[in-house]
Amino acid sequence: MSETNENKGFIRRFLDAPADSVGKTVFVAVALCLVASMIVSATAVALRPIQEVNKLKDKQVNILQVAGEYDPSANVTEAFGKFEPQVLEIATGTFTDQFDAATFDDRASADNPETSIALTDDPAGIGRQSKFVTVYLLRNEDGSLDKVILPVHGYGLWSTLYGFVALEENGNDIFGLQFYSHAETPGLGAEVDNPRWKSLWSGKKLSDENGELQITVAKAQPAAGAEFHVDALAGATLTSVGVDNLVRFWMGEAGYAPFLENLKAGDI
Amino acid sequence: MAQTKREMLIDPMVDNNPITLQVLGICSALAVTSSLQVALVMGIAVTLVTGFSSMFISMLRNQIPGSIRIIVQMVIIASLVIMVDQFLKAYAFDISKTLSVFVGLIITNCIVMGRAEAFAMKNPPIDSFIDGVGNGLGYTILLLVVGFFRELFGAGSLFGVTILETVNNGGWYVPNGMLLLPPSAFFVIGLIIWGVRAWKPEQVEEREYKIQSVEAH
Repeated sequence: MSETNENKGFIRRFLDAPADSVGKTVFVAVALCLVASMIVSATAVALRPIQEVNKLKDKQVNILQVAGEYDPSANVTEAFGKFEPQVLEIATGTFTDQFDAATFDDRASADNPETSIALTDDPAGIGRQSKFVTVYLLRNEDGSLDKVILPVHGYGLWSTLYGFVALEENGNDIFGLQFYSHAETPGLGAEVDNPRWKSLWSGKKLSDENGELQITVAKAQPAAGAEFHVDALAGATLTSVGVDNLVRFWMGEAGYAPFLENLKAGDI
Repeated sequence: MAQTKREMLIDPMVDNNPITLQVLGICSALAVTSSLQVALVMGIAVTLVTGFSSMFISMLRNQIPGSIRIIVQMVIIASLVIMVDQFLKAYAFDISKTLSVFVGLIITNCIVMGRAEAFAMKNPPIDSFIDGVGNGLGYTILLLVVGFFRELFGAGSLFGVTILETVNNGGWYVPNGMLLLPPSAFFVIGLIIWGVRAWKPEQVEEREYKIQSVEAH
């Protein structure tokens, strides 16, 4: 305690005052709250930049992983530079430059009534759908499109699963699917993170020759054929149904279908 | 009860373990013991919070008005917990994602509050700090023991390193999925308490009621 001579008398008197007096009770409460709040906010403010970097890096690592470009030894930010972020207007399936793709926040946009719609037909259980989402394009060295990374999300058993689907340049072949945030049952639903299950998605097709959306996560193989079927997770029926719903929702008419049409027509 | 500083530190780890003897802090022990790495980080976090909150509360113990002492303790504990949470988010992001809400819930961990009220309010700062760290370590040890069984038999690995190759990954071991779910920690902790009390019978509580035999008239 640094006590100067002139107010030592005051502090001494204060310290000696009975702890239970009204004045002291109020003083201790107010002083403690002030000191504690200052320390807490100082920590939060000082550490925020590092935390933001972590969050961004986590998302970038997931995008790299789903595109099969992840190398644990390489610099994430550098590797991510290969990707071209674009803000996509879902209804028209075209890119918009209304927003800055580097800073556009999909989740904030889904909460904003002006940039989102309330869903009435909502198989994915997401409530509100943003009209705009950030998608990532990966180009070959000659500038032609290699893969597109599309964000998807939907409700499983306990939680909303957030993830990415990577599609080949033809807009129909799946390269991979990965969830970066969910709270499904460990050992059962959380097996959506199992590399062996995730690898099942690679090489599957979204739609058949007639343009019908056929991809499904199911226990039994559907009539459409094995190339549209991903085996459901054992012991995690509801998570599997959730993944099935969210993939079919986002790849369907309310989701990326207009964009995929443009992609197939070669307009992107 | 004159204890040396060494006893203050060692005693809560075995003889007076907050989980096995006092049966405190069980809720978080159920939630964070499905993998050893998470259990270890949680244990360190609780140890730091218990140690420093006991020390600060002890420093202020003569100035804290009795009528608001619990709230004062909570403010100090909560501030420390938020700081730990912020540091984890900044420097151990992956683990903080797994721990999620349970770091925040250290605030309600009975061990922290219990040491503040039972020890720190009556003892000098350094002793309180040692006592807090000792209790935190007692909690950590138990978390690690429970985590060892749950991760090994539930996921076939220890600290994320595969020990028993599971069937899902092409091995032979069929993992016991129940051990990954919180209720299994009840069984493990129960068995540990049984074991400890069989080894140290003086920890067995006396019965509060006893059926008495009355002679028939």
